[in-house]
Amino acid sequence: METGLTLGTDFLIILLLLLGFFQFRNPTGARRGNFTAAFAFLCAFGLVIGRHGSVEPGLVLGAILLGGALGWAVAARIQMIQIPAMVAFQHGAGGIAACLIAFLELTRGIGGTGTTLGEVSGLLGLIIGTATFSGSMIAGGKLAGLMKQQPVVLRFHSQLLAGCSLAVLLVGGIAGQAEPHALVACLLILIGVSVLLGLLFSIRIGGADMPVLISFLNATAGLAAAFCGIALQNRLLIACGATVAASGSILTHVMCAAMNRGLTKVFMGSVSKQRTGPREVLNIKEKPILSDTGDGGDGFEYALSAARIAEKIVIIPGYGMALAQAQFQVVRLARRLEELGKSVKFAIHPVAGRMPGHMNVLLAEAEVDYEKLVEMEEINPEFPGTDLVLVVGACDVVNPAAIAQEGTPISGMPILMAHEAKVVVVCNMDEKPGYSGVNNPLYEMARTITLFGDAKESLNRLLAAL
Amino acid sequence: MGDLLVMISVFVLTFAFGYAVISRVPPLLHTPLMSMTNAISAVIILGGLLLFSSETTGVEKLLGFAALVAAAFNLFGGFMITDRMLKLFKKGNAPFDLRR
Repeated sequence: METGLTLGTDFLIILLLLLGFFQFRNPTGARRGNFTAAFAFLCAFGLVIGRHGSVEPGLVLGAILLGGALGWAVAARIQMIQIPAMVAFQHGAGGIAACLIAFLELTRGIGGTGTTLGEVSGLLGLIIGTATFSGSMIAGGKLAGLMKQQPVVLRFHSQLLAGCSLAVLLVGGIAGQAEPHALVACLLILIGVSVLLGLLFSIRIGGADMPVLISFLNATAGLAAAFCGIALQNRLLIACGATVAASGSILTHVMCAAMNRGLTKVFMGSVSKQRTGPREVLNIKEKPILSDTGDGGDGFEYALSAARIAEKIVIIPGYGMALAQAQFQVVRLARRLEELGKSVKFAIHPVAGRMPGHMNVLLAEAEVDYEKLVEMEEINPEFPGTDLVLVVGACDVVNPAAIAQEGTPISGMPILMAHEAKVVVVCNMDEKPGYSGVNNPLYEMARTITLFGDAKESLNRLLAAL
Repeated sequence: MGDLLVMISVFVLTFAFGYAVISRVPPLLHTPLMSMTNAISAVIILGGLLLFSSETTGVEKLLGFAALVAAAFNLFGGFMITDRMLKLFKKGNAPFDLRR
């Protein structure tokens, strides 16, 4: 059965898949890339059916039509703000599928070959798939607002997690040695402890750390598929799983770097709350020149005149903007400012949102030209020459304490250097610190005008007056 | 044993090549990227196909069916939502309805 031809076709499909990723390097090609990957999938699908046939074509077709129709219906209706939750639930679907397949293959004796490596891979696929499933359900529940976003830390959480991991290894080892009649029981127990492992792992992570969690689950879902592939001796499964694992690893790394937090720190949930103001360190006790506002003291007139005279404007959107669904107002304001002959750009922090790159999608949905969405490294040198920065619903990503003060939860995190601009207008709900709990000295700067309250309202007022 | 060696090298090579290619995807496209890889992780659907390439018992049919449904949900939903997102990325100011 194993000929050069089958190896060649597998190789071609893998190349096609990688081509899809290659086309993803710019937005114009990305859509084609998605089609390429989907086509590679179709080929893989046809190849497996062609090579191995099917004894239950009706059952297979029915299952795929049912699942496909469900997936299609949800994907067609979902709003862009809900994408992270949808992706998390889909990681879960992939995880449970891997768990079921691994379970079935293990009970059938790994396709008859029963090699040690095959068996170990099957067990790993089962464990990782199951933990991905339960972890993703928690992540999806948090992201969809079905449960509390905050991290849940149990007493002795780390010890519980370690104990659970140990139990997984132990039961996995026993299942590997088990006689056929005891195998099913062992595997069921293994599934149980793996579910627990995923739960314990995920509930401790919340809020701004969600992008790391969702990227990590992306990687583990791929890894589970790859291990099942080794157990099933199917190269296409291994290859697809491996690329997903690679992509998930990259995104996990990017997200951790964007927050300057080690992976273990994120997963160990060490967010120490710290609330002393870092004003002294920053030395920004300038004499307030905008304190006397004369319109009820909310600084609106100053913000308006700053917007009128500014030439170079940078808008910094945060997740608060997305929660308030204010992106359409932001974009309208940006359009109006452009009509007045000003240069307007959007500065996107990598963790502005609940999954990697989420903010870009939200703004693209509001019909912002993607060339105006500028990454952090690129825009940061431009802030000193910027006349006006408009912060909408962002806090930690513009908190100068991150670079000026040691010992805070966000210390060392790269930020958007909004404080270097000539005038900063902040449209946030309130003066409360962001997720990190660190006070934001940006608000206390003399050059900062704060418009607290519903961002939509503040933006509409600005828009009407301009 | 030769087979296993091939499989390990397939894993290592695709991981390495995938890593190299995917590193070049700009942060702008990270959400669609994850959503597409999410669809690709539904490749486990091939495992479901392989399961039904030989005779199965009743329990196996039931669990296999569930696995196929879950994987197909992930697969179709993933590619579909990725396409929807990528359609949003436009260059230049598209005609914009200010009354919206």
